[in-house]
Amino acid sequence: MKRSDRMNRSRRLRLPAIAVAAAAALTVAACSSSSSPSSSASSSSSAGASSAASAGSSASSSSGAALTASAPGITPTTILIGSHQPLTGPAAPGYSEIAPASAAYFDYVNAHGGVYGRTIDYKYLDDAYNPTQTATVVRQLVLQDNVYAIFDGLGTPTHLAVESFLNAQKVPDVFVASGCDCWNEPTTDPETTGWQLDYIREGKILGQYVAKHFAGKKIAYFYQDDEFGMDGVKGLDDEIPKSAVVSRQSYVDTNVNVAPQVAALRASGAQVVVSFSIPAFTALLKLTSLKLGFSPTLVVSNVGSDAITLSGLLESFAKQGGATVNGNALTNGIITDGYLPTLGDTSNSWIALFKKIHDQYDPKAPFDGNVEYGEAVAYTFVQAMLKAGRNPTRADLLTAINGGLPQGPAVAPYAFSATDHAGVTGAYIGIINNGVLKQEGPVLTTDTSATGAITTVTGTQSPAPASGIPAP
Amino acid sequence: MRMQSSPRILGAALVTAVVIVFLSIKLDTFRDYQIAEIAVEVTAVAGLTVLTGLSGQISLGNGAFMAIGAYTTGLLLLHLSWPFIAVLVIAGLVTAAAGAVVGVAAARLRGPYLAGATLLLGVALPSVADAYQGTFGGDQGLNVVFTTPTFLGSTFPLTRWQAWVCSAVALVTLVLLANLGRSRVGRSWRAVRDDEVAAALAGVNVARSRVLAFVVSAACAGLAGALLAIITELVAPGAFTLTLSISLLTAAVIGGLGTLSGAVWGSLVIVLVPTYATDVATSHGLSTAVASNIPVAAYGVILILVMLLFPQGIAGAVRWFLGLFGLSSAPTWRRAPAPDAARPAALLAEPPETREKEGTQ
Repeated sequence: MKRSDRMNRSRRLRLPAIAVAAAAALTVAACSSSSSPSSSASSSSSAGASSAASAGSSASSSSGAALTASAPGITPTTILIGSHQPLTGPAAPGYSEIAPASAAYFDYVNAHGGVYGRTIDYKYLDDAYNPTQTATVVRQLVLQDNVYAIFDGLGTPTHLAVESFLNAQKVPDVFVASGCDCWNEPTTDPETTGWQLDYIREGKILGQYVAKHFAGKKIAYFYQDDEFGMDGVKGLDDEIPKSAVVSRQSYVDTNVNVAPQVAALRASGAQVVVSFSIPAFTALLKLTSLKLGFSPTLVVSNVGSDAITLSGLLESFAKQGGATVNGNALTNGIITDGYLPTLGDTSNSWIALFKKIHDQYDPKAPFDGNVEYGEAVAYTFVQAMLKAGRNPTRADLLTAINGGLPQGPAVAPYAFSATDHAGVTGAYIGIINNGVLKQEGPVLTTDTSATGAITTVTGTQSPAPASGIPAP
Repeated sequence: MRMQSSPRILGAALVTAVVIVFLSIKLDTFRDYQIAEIAVEVTAVAGLTVLTGLSGQISLGNGAFMAIGAYTTGLLLLHLSWPFIAVLVIAGLVTAAAGAVVGVAAARLRGPYLAGATLLLGVALPSVADAYQGTFGGDQGLNVVFTTPTFLGSTFPLTRWQAWVCSAVALVTLVLLANLGRSRVGRSWRAVRDDEVAAALAGVNVARSRVLAFVVSAACAGLAGALLAIITELVAPGAFTLTLSISLLTAAVIGGLGTLSGAVWGSLVIVLVPTYATDVATSHGLSTAVASNIPVAAYGVILILVMLLFPQGIAGAVRWFLGLFGLSSAPTWRRAPAPDAARPAALLAEPPETREKEGTQ
């Protein structure tokens, strides 16, 4: 009797525990599959890389020393690089397209002779945008897989978890996928470099446009409450007079209810809202404003304004709320900036190149800003590898970047030097029109200081090389 | 049922320590890191399995306790540069105090209400870091500097040192918990778990017993949080989501609720399965979307299989296999660790109700 009694009790206790655990497993699975439909089934880089290996080595006819295993991750035939990416979890929609797009570009290079005959094997692991998982997967890549470099690790809080580790291990940590100013510390973190336009420069460029075009209007800020949003606001404040800013509202990316912030923006009478937000929160801002009958002019940072991603999010969020909206109609008129050529400019040689590679190696993903980003940053990596030499050590890659890189797909030059690890230095203002970004005005460039002038970039951008591969 | 004596527990811990040191030298530096990760998980799961398995309370907030331990560690190392051993002790104490506060509330709640209250803690606490950015560094968190001691030489791998430190803490925690589970405290937890009214009638202070279980569980989570801070070299809210709290509970259940060996099994599954599943998935050239979801699916499948085949968890399965070969006298259905039926002196301290129950084992 006692025994059955005990069994009953332990069952009573165990059942809720099992139920909770099972529910948890399902939740985790559900969250991770909530990535946008567009991210499904893209090509795997490693498979493509290995199949192209033979083609690559045969093309290495150029003169020079024999290819050797000159550094960890480099063999006579391959270059192994790694990355951490949010392939599942809340940051996956949109951003999960970036690494497959980079892999597509590497597959293209591998199929056309590789880097001095070596093929690039790009191994990117999922960290679900969780810094603890980032720490694990990056240690796996560095300590177990012996990658040559970490390339385009995505996210500010995630990559901060591994920055000091990579620098202590002297592993090149190039082209971090985040506009945080914190990657530009060449004295303390010499292995780490940025790539995309940093948020301070971006804030200044957007701020100048707002100050000029909306003089006398009431301006308000909506921004993510971390380094991303605060760097952006810092740049905005350098250009927009403090007296013109009637409200400053921040959000945390774990709380999707932005109604209080939008209500405060509306109550302030703001006519222009400048938003440093990720795509999901740009969409929430727009939909909540609609609901409250508030329709200011929206100015949105580059990372939160990809028209295709935004339109999809607007439609799916509205559907969840039982409404139907036209995503493209809602994104009409959003003012933003771009540091890569606009996707709509099909006559641009860079867009043509990226579209061609996308269609061949990554056709299932939509050709949007994330894909363009992934291919462009991969192009820059090939530039740096070619400059690092035929048999590069790890130090050679940083030396190559510190010596400056020629301007590639970005509309403004890179800042790279021995004392500056920031990437792209400028952007143009653009307005979304019917789902397509239209460039408005010239490309502008500036620095990260409060007083640094904003100047126009003169000269035209060089076209993409006909081969699609940078010249060594 | 055979019982474990204190020297046996100590002996087992020493043997394990020797094996870990041997493995950490033989294996590569990434495996050392995984050993450290497993040790962190074991420390936290052991605390939870004691709370849920022995005292019968569910907590979905132990991830938040880990956050308290980790932030305490991060702040002390950053501002005061104390030696890690002192930081570890303080982290444990601070978290234990937090556990006492939560425990007082928890002692009044039962079943789903308790789960709900601790869930609240698990969800809300990490947001405090966002609310007080100046102190806690917001979403970016605090960087933690942890290096190998100079006497080991400059070539000694950091990950091996991390593995040693974490394993040492995990083993000490396991030894203490094993002894605690066999003591009067452990018996009163089981008495309360099995029948609160009977336990109260027999003179056990039910409320105090339940609060104490929370304190012990929180202290373990705090130690685990401190260890997590030194192996990831970062303390950020993203590491302490609800998923962490739930994965701790999952590890306890998969391993075998209420058993310390189960805590070890569960931790091995939670830490190693995702890595192996990712390796398998990426090495077969599957598409990114499929490959990246395979670890999650593998985790779910293992959870379902273990629960269907071995409701007592992996520890139960191991006992069953040992039983097949006559190596274990324990039937598979029995919950371990077994109480001290064979120590008359200890039983004198217990009420007849409890004694009779435990006597059946």
